[in-house]
Amino acid sequence: MTYEATRPQKPPGQEAKADFVQIIDVVKKFGQATAVDHVSLSIRKNEFFALLGSSGCGKSTLLRVMAGLETPDSGRVIVDGQDITQLPPYRRPVNMMFQSYALFPHMNVEDNAAYGLRREGVGSSEIRDRVAAALDLVQMGKFAKRKPHQLSGGQQQRVALARSLVKRPKLLLLDEPMSALDKKIRQQTQFELGNILYSVGVTCVMVTHDQEEAMTMADRLAVMNEGRIMQVGTPGEVYESPSCSFCAEFIGSTNLFTGVCASEQAGQFACEDLAAPLQVRGPITVRMNRPARLSLRPERISMSFEPVGREYNWAMGTVEQYAYMGSYTLYYIRLPSGRLMAVDLSRLAVTSMHREPDYGDTVYLSWGPEHLVVLEQ
Amino acid sequence: MSRRAIAWLGRRLPSGRTLVIAAPFLFLLLFFMVPFVAVLKISFADPQMSVPPYTPIAELKDGYLRITLSFEHYRAVLSDPVYVGSYLYSLQVAALTTLICLLVGYPASYLIARADPARRNLLMMAVMLPFWTSYLIRVYAWIGLLKNQGLINRFLMWLNLIDDPLKLYHNNWGLLIGMVYNYLPYLMIPLYAHFVKLDNALLEAACNLGARPWQAFLTITVPMSRRAVIAASLLVFIPAVGEYVIPEILGGSNSLMIGRVMWDDFFVNTDWPSAAAATGAMVILLLLPMAWFQRLQKREMVQP
Repeated sequence: MTYEATRPQKPPGQEAKADFVQIIDVVKKFGQATAVDHVSLSIRKNEFFALLGSSGCGKSTLLRVMAGLETPDSGRVIVDGQDITQLPPYRRPVNMMFQSYALFPHMNVEDNAAYGLRREGVGSSEIRDRVAAALDLVQMGKFAKRKPHQLSGGQQQRVALARSLVKRPKLLLLDEPMSALDKKIRQQTQFELGNILYSVGVTCVMVTHDQEEAMTMADRLAVMNEGRIMQVGTPGEVYESPSCSFCAEFIGSTNLFTGVCASEQAGQFACEDLAAPLQVRGPITVRMNRPARLSLRPERISMSFEPVGREYNWAMGTVEQYAYMGSYTLYYIRLPSGRLMAVDLSRLAVTSMHREPDYGDTVYLSWGPEHLVVLEQ
Repeated sequence: MSRRAIAWLGRRLPSGRTLVIAAPFLFLLLFFMVPFVAVLKISFADPQMSVPPYTPIAELKDGYLRITLSFEHYRAVLSDPVYVGSYLYSLQVAALTTLICLLVGYPASYLIARADPARRNLLMMAVMLPFWTSYLIRVYAWIGLLKNQGLINRFLMWLNLIDDPLKLYHNNWGLLIGMVYNYLPYLMIPLYAHFVKLDNALLEAACNLGARPWQAFLTITVPMSRRAVIAASLLVFIPAVGEYVIPEILGGSNSLMIGRVMWDDFFVNTDWPSAAAATGAMVILLLLPMAWFQRLQKREMVQP
């Protein structure tokens, strides 16, 4: 997990009130289809918030509702205490960076960046200064006279960013900011963009389908599915304690088990796929004999050739597939029940075994109670 | 045949692509350039009572090749007030037609392109529907609408809006109505093709940056459509200058456009060289805006 390293810690005092941007019970339907289904969110001042979900989950529609490009069927959008639900897009203190960047092809970089200020009627000398400052911020100052088609994808993105920041919006919206870039430069750009936005100090909502992008850039994220918010939290919270099987599978990969509570006090679950019971840590809310879904991340599993000397949280199986991924190796282990389990072993863990596991080897898997998460849904 | 010979043949024979591109050029060469050169040739001859009714410009006499080029007709075309006047009148009518077509067709094609796709196709079908009927029949049909006892006048009189029929036919009104009617689709179709490709995200971005819809229209839509407007206008202007049928049928006796002058020279006065010179001068006149457009396109070639 790299998200903590992406930028300096926020100075104290910046953790402002949690209701700078409020989305209250927003519903948006297109004909029969409900794109956004009773969504409520609170976003802090200067926070970088990501809406994460697969295509068609309603995240882009929600973003367009914030920008005023779609009118919600019901619900309200409040920015800095002002209800902007009924405001037309051109009166909102909200600027958006479009997925295609939407740079005006007939204007040069400078005129693109100045467009918003000219509409505001800002004086020409102030426009010149603010545009120059914004272009310098994104290191595009020396390209001021170029036309958009003379720029690379990354440069176009930075111009689009400058164009939306120059108006000093209260809320900046980013629609899939990396999707038009080559995979190679994407990761570096994620850090650069994050650093620029952090240095400006702007409240930011980003839409993405890429969980790595969301985790790299966002302070908090919301996982969306079928128009609803499934979970809101920091990347760490959502990864470590997913609330539902959708979140667990969408953020990273996981082994999901369906178990029946065998002991409320001990926190034990019986699972058909496993010979040994599952033992979780801490108090559980599941009642005796009630079913529950449990998540176990592949990288939290240990593997050895010798049996594990304990009664719970282990499994025996044979190596069916493995893939060398560089920093880790992914193993698929077939259990006697027929269940396939994914295990990520770090290079270090593989070399500490006395030989590398190979196809058909019998191996023993084990994991600590703290790595099992009981899902709410 | 050796492999080298086949390779040699492969290099010498035109490729399929060349053939496909060459076909229309060959057609134009045969059926446009060759007749045009023949017309140019006639423009340098003198009229005489014979078949064909002009002097030969190249003669083989006593072993000498004699070429007689007469520039008299070009001089006449450029100085005779009838020719100069009809040229200017043709340019005026073509310019006015283009302007009215733009005023009507620009917003119409913009709005059609912005309508929802189902209705958009229906509306464009309506624009193209007149092409299903013969051009001549459509122009004649306007007589029935425009004449003194025509549909329009009868309707207006029935509404008691007018007491006497409006003079809409055999004058400049009839001419302009017919020209605009006929050339409007040629302007709307390319403009529609441009507007329908216009990325809606650009207008949304303008709106997001604080532009009211009319400001977005003026600062984004209009400047971006400049080249499409020029191309569509030339598509109307160039054929409109040489239009013959509409002024003949709907225009008045004073609507003397250059096409009519040429017709009279050819068929009434049997003065082929003058008519040919008038044609040559008109082509040169029309090449100017086309060359200008070519240059503009070349300069902006790299831009989307």
